[in-house]
Amino acid sequence: MRFSGFRVVKEALTGHKGWGMLWRNPDPKPAYDIVIVGGGGHGLATAFYLAKTFKQARVAVLEKGWLGSGNIGRNTTIIRSNYLLPGNEPFYEFSMKLWENLEQETNFNSMVSQRGIINLYHTDGQRDAYRRRGNAMLLAGADARLLGQDEVREIAPFLNFDNARFPIKGGLMQPRAGTARHDGVAWGYARGADMRGVDIIQNCEVTGFRIEGGKVQGVETSRGYIGAGKVGVAVAGNSSRVMAMAGMRLPIESHVLQAFVSEGLKPTIPGVITFGAGHFYVSQSDKGGLVFGGDIDGYNSYAQRGNLPVVEDVIEGGMALMPMIGRARLLRSWGGIMDMSMDGSPIIDRTEIDGLYFNGGWCYGGFKATPASGYAFAHLLATDRPHETAEAYRFDRFARGYVIDEKGVGAQPNLH
Amino acid sequence: MLIPHPLLGLRDSQEFTYLGDAALMDRPDPAGGNAEAAFTDYVFLRDNPAGVHRELWFHEQGDRSWLVVTRDTVTHEILGAELARDVKLNEEGAQ
Repeated sequence: MRFSGFRVVKEALTGHKGWGMLWRNPDPKPAYDIVIVGGGGHGLATAFYLAKTFKQARVAVLEKGWLGSGNIGRNTTIIRSNYLLPGNEPFYEFSMKLWENLEQETNFNSMVSQRGIINLYHTDGQRDAYRRRGNAMLLAGADARLLGQDEVREIAPFLNFDNARFPIKGGLMQPRAGTARHDGVAWGYARGADMRGVDIIQNCEVTGFRIEGGKVQGVETSRGYIGAGKVGVAVAGNSSRVMAMAGMRLPIESHVLQAFVSEGLKPTIPGVITFGAGHFYVSQSDKGGLVFGGDIDGYNSYAQRGNLPVVEDVIEGGMALMPMIGRARLLRSWGGIMDMSMDGSPIIDRTEIDGLYFNGGWCYGGFKATPASGYAFAHLLATDRPHETAEAYRFDRFARGYVIDEKGVGAQPNLH
Repeated sequence: MLIPHPLLGLRDSQEFTYLGDAALMDRPDPAGGNAEAAFTDYVFLRDNPAGVHRELWFHEQGDRSWLVVTRDTVTHEILGAELARDVKLNEEGAQ
């Protein structure tokens, strides 16, 4: 079934009886060429590109809960490629380009909306740092504009420009950044993969790896043993738990990040805005809710819920940035579990076990990376070589001293 | 979360700074033969369990003591807290 304007009209005239299920619900086969563990955004994107771009026919995605039940359904939907370091920026810009063509590629409305992001600066030093970042973005083929206070005022007049402690002096804007409908991304990839023969098997938890002679043979699951030529693990949040079943320790701690949404309001916030003096970012969903968040709670957690101190901290950031947010009522808050890596950057790599591949360590920036992560992981699984934009995301970068530390805070996950 | 400080009683976790796994108290021997590999593991690799986790909290806005807090990472339930100094002395006494 292909979605199109013609199809919508036809269904409207015939009582909407022709819409089918978006994907099958198959039972697992005894064996596959490639098994992806984790049916979230990254796992589904991997399966999609494996099937579409790399022409792999026998692929399965195993998901312990329901499709997209993890962080793909819990994030704040921001897409952007405003990184600084050479190991990161080309990868995220590759992701941005895939976002721009995602809906055509998957034939699914993921509501990709390039409404722009502005990172505000409050001091001369911060402006200079953003100028450098903007130049790094331009060098990698992304777009960036340094805005003065007047230009920011034109776009977002409601901000607290004259805050006594942190006056807003301007911002670094990436006009091509924006938001996407997070669930729609998972559904689009799932449907696209399923249409090309990928088996998406839900309620199927991996309980162990079968490894013989240093080579992976398959996975033990709650629905029986499944043989596999290669196994790719994309379970960010639970990476340490899953890889421990293969005897590996990872450079990762799991932390909880909270997010918030207000009641629906009339259109107020034109794009994504981030506070430069505290950790606070906000955008407005198409439904009207203000979607915002800030820091992780800062201690190891698998709880998918956070605590009050960070709620207060985020709201304080919001009040400092745009005092009018105090008049909005909070509708919901929730938490998701992040793979916080030791340098704040991800890993897409082989492991010491032949045939076992790993994708994780996305910290709280995994959503924007979904297309490129899937593409690069599919590239690695299909060709055994890293994708050219993901060559820096190796396990051994820590031992070799080639960490990719955007914030420059060292091996302290709760500071990234 | 309230942390049962052994000297000060229940204290709000906001008074503390979190460092990480209590295994960080056991630094490898920098003069050892495999010091480089041992320090790579020490600095970068973590067990990161889902469940009971022993971890270091610093009472920064209190008596500035280091605590070893035992906490469940799935429920956030705090199961106990000791002075890190006592933990270390007990370990050394046991050897």
